[in-house]
Amino acid sequence: MSAVPTTVKPTDPRGSSREWPLRDRVALACCWIAGLSTCAVAFLIVGYLAFKGVQYLDPSLLTSRPSAETDQSRSGGFLDPIIGTVLLTVLGTLIAVPLALATALWLTEYGRPFWLARAVESGIEMIAGTPSIVLAIFGLLVFQQTVFGFLSFEAEGGSVFGRSFFTAAAMMSLIALPLLVGSIREGLQAVPRHVREASYALGKTKAATIRRVLMPAIRPSIGSGTVLGMGRIAGDTAIVVILLGGTLQLQGFGDVPLLSTLRGNGSTLTSYVYVNSPAGEGSAPEKAYAAAFVLLLICIGLNLLVTRLARQTSPASAR
Amino acid sequence: MAALTHPIRSALRGARQGAAGDRRVELALGAVASTVLLLCAGMVVFVVLKAWPSFEANGLGWFASASTDEQLGEIFKSPSNPDQYVYEFGAWALIWGTLLTSGLAVVIGVVFAVFTAVFIVEFAPSKVNRVLVPTVRLLAAVPSVVYGLIGILVLVPLAAEVLVTTERKESVAYFVQLTGACWLVAAVILSIMIVPIMISITVDALRAVPRSWTEGAAALGVNRWRVITTISVRAARPAIIAGMILASARALGEAIMLSMVAGSAAWAPNPLDGFTFFLEPVRPLASTVVESAEGLSVEPFGQTIYAIAAVLLVSSAFLSWAGWFAKRSMRRYGIEPGGATQ
Repeated sequence: MSAVPTTVKPTDPRGSSREWPLRDRVALACCWIAGLSTCAVAFLIVGYLAFKGVQYLDPSLLTSRPSAETDQSRSGGFLDPIIGTVLLTVLGTLIAVPLALATALWLTEYGRPFWLARAVESGIEMIAGTPSIVLAIFGLLVFQQTVFGFLSFEAEGGSVFGRSFFTAAAMMSLIALPLLVGSIREGLQAVPRHVREASYALGKTKAATIRRVLMPAIRPSIGSGTVLGMGRIAGDTAIVVILLGGTLQLQGFGDVPLLSTLRGNGSTLTSYVYVNSPAGEGSAPEKAYAAAFVLLLICIGLNLLVTRLARQTSPASAR
Repeated sequence: MAALTHPIRSALRGARQGAAGDRRVELALGAVASTVLLLCAGMVVFVVLKAWPSFEANGLGWFASASTDEQLGEIFKSPSNPDQYVYEFGAWALIWGTLLTSGLAVVIGVVFAVFTAVFIVEFAPSKVNRVLVPTVRLLAAVPSVVYGLIGILVLVPLAAEVLVTTERKESVAYFVQLTGACWLVAAVILSIMIVPIMISITVDALRAVPRSWTEGAAALGVNRWRVITTISVRAARPAIIAGMILASARALGEAIMLSMVAGSAAWAPNPLDGFTFFLEPVRPLASTVVESAEGLSVEPFGQTIYAIAAVLLVSSAFLSWAGWFAKRSMRRYGIEPGGATQ
């Protein structure tokens, strides 16, 4: 038996598994099967949707507005859902990013008193674990209070509808929040301590250090956290179904152009797929496939963006 | 992470200028961070308060077995006079549906996740890993409605054709209809949805196992498979448990996919039915909420639905804290499994 020199990786990929006991070889085969079938499942899903999507996706679907017709040749496309997805994603991220940035900075850079920091940490953990459907009906409960009437449609007699882009985006921001906080904190922890100390040694205050030294350093992790959150928001259905009012077309309330849309109802690609699937009222599988394909492309695109941003982060943290 | 104290920093603290402005920044950031706590407290208070009448009227019977769908209908139709509100409700069928779908999904998922994680960390050639790792991330990024669509348009018809035979249909025809939409299909799709969480937590933990431990075992002549199972997987056990817990929190809260695929009937499948058991429809708690969205403003009905949401909220909060603690217990070995939030 030859001694294994410490410089050689003990788990040398060339190490032969042929001499292993049968049980171990079977287990190794299971590993390969598990790994390869994970790949196979993913490719089957994407491939099948791509096949169906290309088959049914008509450019006119992307540019025409949906309408509730039983005759599928007249029920239009999904321009409004696409606009809705974009609006909701942007609005949700706009709410989430400042909140997450402040929380992550406070937790990592200050974090006093200790008990409060721990409580905030577990609060974020709790929000991360809360099902989006629960967040959705919690949001409905909150935004139906009269105080929040300005965010949505207020009926005669003072009852508040509570469903609008504003309220949906507010709840969507909670889905993105834990991802953003996690990613920003990782970025902050990757900044070496001597960088901060160099700044303090130059007489900078902590606040100035955060603004001038840390913020530029964590820009990539804010970016990847944001994109991750956007993917989660774009893919969520439960909040849209409950908090966006369930109209296929964008329906504004009020006179100010953009504000009225944001106070109004609409749909997103996810709710469009849901409604047009056999489980919903529309039941137009072809259109559901086409919309699901577009949705999947958006999500894969955001996913690729995260991977690229993450690659940018790693050399920065190795500094 | 706690405030990092360091001799140099504390020595400098007095010398720094603008300490008052600094303090203001700290307070402002702290205030924003604390709103997260307010939100959590608000969520629990609002939802439980709204749900209370339903719990109060039913007591522990809320969790009991009953003809749930008829009861929901009665609650929906109850008179508008608050004194005559109907609250009678037993959610066992919904709870059982949730337990079945999440339970089977986690069991399937954990086997796959551990093998795949071992494969990624130990055995996969780097070329395979270059495909496999992004693929796992992709599976996590696919929206649940897309999984639901594939389920309802591909797998449910397949199950109806292959698994649901006429005898099976007739054997339970008196109680429930077998359409192919069943909890088996739902659990299989759910396991695909939760596997990425478990894989990423397990991979992080396996990578965090100190090299010296595995090298020590390898130096004793143990083969690679035995090294990774007896040393790495064993050390990563808390993380695998954490992954299972966090994945079941995700499975518990999945509403859209399950409402599309699981058959949408408040029916508690009976294990005594043999294989037909797997083909019976269910409607988990979360799907019930999403499907009842229209009736939320009808008073006693809304309260009942909020009661379901309260059960989901409390159980998912417990699960996520349990997962957090399970992950922390790896610190006992001085290992820091990364990835604070999944």
